[in-house]
Amino acid sequence: MADTTRSFRDAGLLGFIIALSVLVQILNPSFLSLENLADMAKNTAILSILSVGMMLVIITRGIDLSIGATLALSGMVAASTVAMWRDTHPLVAITLGIGIGLACGSIVGVLVARGKVLPIIASLGLMNIFRGITFLVSDGKWISANQMPASFKGIALSSFLGINALIWIALIIYLLAWWFLTWNRMGRQIYAVGSNPESARVSGINIERTLYWVYTLMGGLSGLAGVLWVSKFASAQGDTAMGFELSVIAACVLGGVSIAGGSGKISGILMGTLLLGILNNAMPLVNVSPFWQTFIQGLIILIAVIINALVKRRAVRRTMQKRNI
Amino acid sequence: MELQQPFSLKRFFLQWEWMLVLIFVAVNVINMNLSPYYLDAEGLRDATMSFLDKAFIVLPMVFIIILGDIDISVASIVALASVVMAVSFQAGVPMAAAMVICLLVGTACGFVNGWLIVRFKELSSVIVTLATMIIFRGIAYIILEDQSAGKFPAWFKFLGWGYIGEVPFMLIMFVLAVLFFSWALHKTAFGRRVYSMGNNVTAARFSGINVDGIRILIFTVAGLMSGVTALFLTSRMGSTRPNVATGYELEVITMVVLGGVSTSGGKGRMIGAVIAVFLIGYLRYGLGLINIPAQILLIVIGSLLVAAVLVPNFKWSPRAR
Repeated sequence: MADTTRSFRDAGLLGFIIALSVLVQILNPSFLSLENLADMAKNTAILSILSVGMMLVIITRGIDLSIGATLALSGMVAASTVAMWRDTHPLVAITLGIGIGLACGSIVGVLVARGKVLPIIASLGLMNIFRGITFLVSDGKWISANQMPASFKGIALSSFLGINALIWIALIIYLLAWWFLTWNRMGRQIYAVGSNPESARVSGINIERTLYWVYTLMGGLSGLAGVLWVSKFASAQGDTAMGFELSVIAACVLGGVSIAGGSGKISGILMGTLLLGILNNAMPLVNVSPFWQTFIQGLIILIAVIINALVKRRAVRRTMQKRNI
Repeated sequence: MELQQPFSLKRFFLQWEWMLVLIFVAVNVINMNLSPYYLDAEGLRDATMSFLDKAFIVLPMVFIIILGDIDISVASIVALASVVMAVSFQAGVPMAAAMVICLLVGTACGFVNGWLIVRFKELSSVIVTLATMIIFRGIAYIILEDQSAGKFPAWFKFLGWGYIGEVPFMLIMFVLAVLFFSWALHKTAFGRRVYSMGNNVTAARFSGINVDGIRILIFTVAGLMSGVTALFLTSRMGSTRPNVATGYELEVITMVVLGGVSTSGGKGRMIGAVIAVFLIGYLRYGLGLINIPAQILLIVIGSLLVAAVLVPNFKWSPRAR
């Protein structure tokens, strides 16, 4: 029963995306050009990388508001490093960023898993702390494009088989996440912890360890995203990606990840980020005033979550009716 | 919920609020030693006007968090109310009426939040207010685009800058608001109902409490108080833009949580949040005097917040958690 509801919901979201695309295509024929699609995918890559981590967090009934600050901190450290030692290999910069992200994430993880602090509060506090540290690291200055060596800026510019590196990285992360959530023991345990912590504990799952790793993984992905972000925009600032965590949460919610925990699929967040990406890309193309874009985005998020709620409600009612017969 | 227990001096002084008072005193002593200009009665008095604007939202936010909910749309409501007030004043509405419009817009936004949360119980208040946060801010952008609006009459400045006798008008209003909200939370049946909803909403409903009505009312009041904040903030700034008050929601939630209100609902007192308002406000004022950048303050506030929620989880706390 739940499966049919979910596939019905997925189909609804897919239908909405297709309808939106057709509408935009009619209004502006350059929308479905290969060039524009590649551009859109590239601009959505960082959002989709972060959505994977955020989905894991939300499945465990948590939320992580600190990822924007983690992203800024690791991006800033990576950029400062390559600005100081200009012949640093890009892979070293990426590893450094991921390492800092993992460290930030593990602090959130310790607070949530060991300290029993509510995720929203722990990550809110650490968001402030990480932002402050970003400022300390940079001494309040920006790292601009001409301070970065070409090799570092090249991370986001390079391409393989004609497809941009950012898109490749996002694809690989999606494949890994799909494997992790479908075939890995820890991945399955994440669902168990989220859908019913009590029975997960009774069946011998180490909830604390699972939570710790979920937040650490989220941090690592934010660290990676930080390096990619700084390389893509060729600028690292103290307020990089401020508020970006809310877009990531919105993408997950659009993709049908339930904030109550326990449910969420890779295909769902793929569509959620795709929808946000299309909105961001298409609204300028069809000459929607930039001042309307925030409102339209918010409205679509609200409508999507309401439809989600109504569909769930109908499913519950139908199951109840079946039981009566 | 706190049960009636025999009075114990030890328990009385082991409360989180005393911890806050201690930190507050420490902050003031440190500030005093760091800057010779800190301990100046007029300076300390006028400093309250720079941080009290958002404090008006802290009061209803205590209710919301005791319910176990959260409202992250308040800053967007402030922006929207402020923008609508400025635009209607420029369109020829008298200033007094524009101020009423500001409060009405805030109230309406709050009602929308409450209605959506009650109507769609499957959605948590985080999600609903996340969406309305984007929507309200979006409407403010549609109305004013990248312009700013202002040129208010001179008397409007009184709200944010004026004194009655020697005391800032804003401080008087805040004290009155604190008295009212503390009374409502701690001395009325309504307040007890809010606590019981925060502890167990199902039990509260079965004992005949109108849980939906109370939730809508509290979110509506949060909207109204966001309108009040919009009035004071706009008066202090003299003009308004669609991006005003960005980040207020997180500051307000930080103050409430630092004040010892538990985000899992059902626990906390008004006095703690009020102490936290002054604690953070004077911390910012003191650090500003010695030219410490605001971002260092972020680290301090974040650490305080994490410490505030970690400390009660250790066993020495007498309050059962």
